[in-house]
Amino acid sequence: MTEQTPKRIFVKGNEAIARGALAAGCKCYFGYPITPQNDIPEFMSQAIRDAGGQFVQAESEIAAANMVLGATACGIRAMTSSSSPGISLKQEALSYMAGSELPGVVVNMVRGGPGLGDIGPSQGDYFQSTRGGGHGDYRLLVLAPASGQEAYDLTIKAFDLAFKYRNPVMILGDAILGQMKEPIAPWIPDNLDPDEAADWRLDGAKGRQPRLHKSLFLQEGELAQQNRHLQEKYEAMKAEIDYESFMVEDADIIVVAFGSIGRIAKSTIRKIRSTGKKVGLIRPITVYPYPSEILKTLAEQGKKFLTIEHNMGQMVEDVRLAIRTITDSDFYSCLPGNLPTPDDFEEPILKALEG
Amino acid sequence: MEEELVYTRPDVVADRATHYCPGCHHGIIHKLVAEALIDLGVVEKTICIGSIGCSVFIYNYLNLDTVEAPHGRAPAVATGVKRARPDNFVFTYQGDGDLASIGLAEIMHCANRGENVSVVFVNNTVYGMTGGQMAPTTLIGQQATTCPAGRCEELEGLPLKMAEIIGGLGTTAYSARVAVDSIKHLMAAKKAIRKAFQCQIDKTGFGFVELLSTCPTNWKMTPVQANERIAKEMIPTFPLGTFKDKTVEAK
Ligand SMILES: Cc1ncc(C[n+]2csc(CCOP(=O)(O)OP(=O)(O)O)c2C)c(N)n1
Ligand code: SF4
Ligand SMILES: [Mg+2]
Repeated sequence: MTEQTPKRIFVKGNEAIARGALAAGCKCYFGYPITPQNDIPEFMSQAIRDAGGQFVQAESEIAAANMVLGATACGIRAMTSSSSPGISLKQEALSYMAGSELPGVVVNMVRGGPGLGDIGPSQGDYFQSTRGGGHGDYRLLVLAPASGQEAYDLTIKAFDLAFKYRNPVMILGDAILGQMKEPIAPWIPDNLDPDEAADWRLDGAKGRQPRLHKSLFLQEGELAQQNRHLQEKYEAMKAEIDYESFMVEDADIIVVAFGSIGRIAKSTIRKIRSTGKKVGLIRPITVYPYPSEILKTLAEQGKKFLTIEHNMGQMVEDVRLAIRTITDSDFYSCLPGNLPTPDDFEEPILKALEG
Repeated sequence: MEEELVYTRPDVVADRATHYCPGCHHGIIHKLVAEALIDLGVVEKTICIGSIGCSVFIYNYLNLDTVEAPHGRAPAVATGVKRARPDNFVFTYQGDGDLASIGLAEIMHCANRGENVSVVFVNNTVYGMTGGQMAPTTLIGQQATTCPAGRCEELEGLPLKMAEIIGGLGTTAYSARVAVDSIKHLMAAKKAIRKAFQCQIDKTGFGFVELLSTCPTNWKMTPVQANERIAKEMIPTFPLGTFKDKTVEAK
């Protein structure tokens, strides 16, 4: 890895992601305006062209995602970004990319829903992100950063993972992450392989057999075989499971929270710890595949659980699935439309600890 | 008398029978596309964007690098491909349901950005693959499975004339409507495809060819009747001609 000058920059999470994408060798960006992610297309419209890449403001999120499909079919690193209503429109292309095994990267800076919702932060798209989102039996690899630096780092990782597994990868953030400015230390990976897609990219069939990227499998048994292959791939992705573990060893209760909410909960836990109460945190960084094993291990140690989310209860289902044979998880919903602070989580954590 | 081989199948055309119905024009149009690619010397540089319709299996018949686009999205996929690989030759092959209905936004904006790609648009006035439903191009009075009494202007509007619409955009380099129902029309079609493709090679911009095509199966006609319907019923609504040609304007 190569450090950058200046060593530290002060940017919004959105810009951190855009810069991370450029560092990762993203050559094509396709977007459409929607709050709270507009900084990404705005930054990219200049920066990716300066870097010799392509920027298109598409006619819709549908088109933007399908442009990513086209560019990645050529083995080129390409990305799109949006927020909840726009992500709903990208599901068609995501399903096709998953079915055709094309490595697009898509950013979702989640806002309140359903419908037009609001433009504030929310985690209401957890189900959509971690269950595939579009039609068919497929999964995205989903990374959930909690800070500007992590957003930068995970964006670079997103491209690597997308090409490693030939599968779309989603960065799942929210309006807090996208809009908050903080210092980050940019870096450039030095392991980029220009031939990473040499054996499957489309570039004209000169001197070789033509190549084909498709998701239609009509011959008897063909689709079943493709689906089995995809499931094996999703199983293999478990090697990428990642989470932050904070003061869990002696904890009586484990808070499970992801993204911005995980970071806010960590502040609450620090405060409660200073009063001698034993609280810990598991913050899933990959929300698909999900860090079920660590939760199960902690459950086996007799710990209690409280899942906190900025929605009406979605990830808590994954927590309960992980620990179902041992115990249950309490749930605290911080309602979309509100901006939570560390103080908001104190009472529910203490209550769960006692209860 | 000794037999003389007057035609051989070019390598780019796969050696297999197509799944198209007897009398369907898709196969003829595939061949015209293949010949144009050969004549312009771009076969080995070509990336084909397939679409959703009866031609979804185009990759079985043309030996080209190919990517399957979702229904109507071929122009967006082509945009992504061309932006990623500006030195490759990129074309979409789309039906009228695909291009003129669900994909109308994508085709309009691809053309209006002046993307340096080519579009082969096969207008057979129905949704062929799904069994003959009404398309935006269905003629007034024409029966289809979702307008069994015939398309009526009051309820369903008028047929969309894509070659004229695309030709009206400032960024379009070439737009024409042709047919393959007679030798004369076939020759003109061949020329039009070549011109549209040449625009991409010369980087003059977006090239569009609409081909009037048959669907004997869903029109419930014999191949001969279907072929005759092109001149009798389609051309009066969809006049053949060139609606934009920057290569001429430039001269
Ligand atoms: C999103 C979506 N909607 C509907 C369909 C079903 N469908 C498959 S082909 C087709 C119509 C194709 O008609 P056209 O583009 O005119 O091509 P043709 O078969 O006539 O050549 C439709 C509606 C689909 N595959 N995807
Ligand atoms: S259904 Fe119509 S368009 Fe499709 S192959 Fe048959 S004749 Fe051709
Ligand atoms: Mg049709």
